Amino acid sequence: MDFTFTEDQLLFQDSVRDFLVNEVTPQRIRALWDTDSGRDDALWQQLAALGLTGLTVSEEFGGLGMNELDFVLLAQEAGYVALPEPLVQTAMVAVPLLSSIGGDLAAEWLPKVAAGEARVVVGLAQNRLVEDAHVAGLILLQRGGDLIAVTPDQVSLRHNDSVDPSRRLFMVDASKATAVAEGDRAALLVGAALNRGALACAAQALGLAQRMIDMSVQYTSERQQFGKPVGSFQAVKHHMANVAVRLEYAKAPTHRAAYAIANRQAIASQAVSHAKLVACEAANLAAKNSHQVHGAMGYTWEVDLHLFMKKAWALANSWGDAGFHKSRIGERIFADGADLGAGATFS
Amino acid sequence: MELTYTDSQQAFRKEVRSWLAQHVPAQPLQTFDTEEGFLQHRAWEATLHAGRWGMVTWPEVLGGRGCDLIEWLIFEEEYYRAGAPLRVNQNGIFLLGPTLMEYGTEEQKARILPKMATGEEVWAQGWSEPNAGSDMAAIRATARLEGDTYVINGQKIWSTRAVWADWCFGMFRTDPASERHRGLTFILVPLRSPGITVRPIPQLDGLPGFAEIFFDDVEVAVDNRLGDEGAGWGVAMATAGFERGLMLRSPARFQETARRLVELYRANHEAADRNPAVKDAVLRAYLDAESYCLTTYQTACRLNKGGKIGAESSTNKIFWSELDQDMHATAMSILGARAELLPHAPDAGDVGTWLDGWLFSLSGPIYAGTNEVQRNIIAERMLGMPR
Repeated sequence: MDFTFTEDQLLFQDSVRDFLVNEVTPQRIRALWDTDSGRDDALWQQLAALGLTGLTVSEEFGGLGMNELDFVLLAQEAGYVALPEPLVQTAMVAVPLLSSIGGDLAAEWLPKVAAGEARVVVGLAQNRLVEDAHVAGLILLQRGGDLIAVTPDQVSLRHNDSVDPSRRLFMVDASKATAVAEGDRAALLVGAALNRGALACAAQALGLAQRMIDMSVQYTSERQQFGKPVGSFQAVKHHMANVAVRLEYAKAPTHRAAYAIANRQAIASQAVSHAKLVACEAANLAAKNSHQVHGAMGYTWEVDLHLFMKKAWALANSWGDAGFHKSRIGERIFADGADLGAGATFS
Repeated sequence: MELTYTDSQQAFRKEVRSWLAQHVPAQPLQTFDTEEGFLQHRAWEATLHAGRWGMVTWPEVLGGRGCDLIEWLIFEEEYYRAGAPLRVNQNGIFLLGPTLMEYGTEEQKARILPKMATGEEVWAQGWSEPNAGSDMAAIRATARLEGDTYVINGQKIWSTRAVWADWCFGMFRTDPASERHRGLTFILVPLRSPGITVRPIPQLDGLPGFAEIFFDDVEVAVDNRLGDEGAGWGVAMATAGFERGLMLRSPARFQETARRLVELYRANHEAADRNPAVKDAVLRAYLDAESYCLTTYQTACRLNKGGKIGAESSTNKIFWSELDQDMHATAMSILGARAELLPHAPDAGDVGTWLDGWLFSLSGPIYAGTNEVQRNIIAERMLGMPR
């Protein structure tokens, strides 16, 4: 039993955090809102140069050959800066899915992903709209019981505006396409992709919650009322302490879910649903309480809090909403003969 | 990261399970808040000790097994799974014992720990005073050193187990000119000493689970001082620290409550489902108990590797105490109109011990520092918000 990350994993997290905090500033995100694509090829190249786009690509195709457990801490850091680029989805969902599909498709696209030459995105039935389809070189889509792979020339995209200008969402209409997986195999691949997408949301939600806590602590330490920083009032402190408690207890479930996926454990779906629920709840509470302690400033476009709040709200409803994930948990724990209670967690 | 048990951890679990299967009393013991129940629980501690299961984390010379934190968690899982009795000497074995090992002299350890381990001496705590509750630094009970003897005067209150316990530990003001955290000394006091009056305080269930202790020129030998004179605050903080918290409230207890709650819901789901909030609350209880378990394992593994506990550990007490209360509130609402019935009432049906647990859960957010104080600590020390 060893529930710790390696020194290497923690060092990698530190260096990625330093890079992201310096490069992906709220100013840079706001500047991208006014561009057509909302995406930044130069940044994508930088991420590739750090090995991040290819982190989960096998070494055979020019990647680092790492897994979901290696990436989960980095996904938290991507959440911390509300990274608009589809890095987390690429590394945690698209690459493993492409690798499972294998064959020529994987051989063609995985090296491009690792080199930063292409983005690959995934659209499952759980999300009607596909994020970042407009900048994807390849889109993997669930259609009926099949999984299809389409390139931009094979689709028409209908843009849907989100309240979060960083999120670029599209209804994808792929008229002509052949399936890359069908039947049971497609169902298996879609199920695995959904779990990875939900894990990606959970990990980013942890980072978002931490960012909103940090912003709130800073704001309430500076803002004075009644001759004191408002953060010295207990009512304000307790709002943030409540977030800290929920966040603290959402971390281990998320790390466990990453471990379960990376090690193909039977418990993976349950572990992912648990992580997604508690991490997104923590982020939503962070959004609610951070908004409250920012007062009227938090209600403005000018203050950066909404960059993180809106992303947290969206993640909570993506890759399976609370209803979906609670149902999955419920199916297990309310079933006859369910193995619950003390000693059952790692059995 | 490797989230599976080693062969030796699995063998350890098997050994615990098989011993408990042979020794856990078939009939639940009476509550230790009655004299007879107290004696039954004291005897159970002796049985545990005889099997070397009294305190598995203690060194072998004290009847322990030198287990690490993961083995401790495994032991607790099996203990609660087996429905074994609550630990009457928890103030001693979980709180004072580890503190003694850190701060005690060799003479104190040799004199006190063996009798604590067997249950021959049961410990009560003497933290609070009438005017020092959440604000523990406001302690006013005094200890005056005269030669080799402390002369103690004052009053302690809310002393858990004090009605039938043999000893109590607590902080006393040894420097009359001192204020707040300074000038306090940690002293161990035999409760049978002349000058001590113990007045039981009935709790919500009518039983005397705690008491007031009055000290009237009580003489205590100076070798019962733990740590240096005037250094009591630091010793007390260690006693209240996280690892002790882990000993006192390991996840197994809450996971078993969550499991029983799922069972209770399943057995009554037709009536329970008329209130759509109930099923969600049961599911949430299960998830939170699992989150508590996973987080505790993660922390324990970090500590096993030499890591340090940070200010984040102050989230612990809020999480389990509120979880415990939520789970029992949900059980009460599933039981509906029969929830108020005592288990022996002729028409109580399946009420079991939920009412008792519900009453007990109400104390969680209050004792060991109210959750409001814990939230202040989190905001100031973990998050760095202004004082």
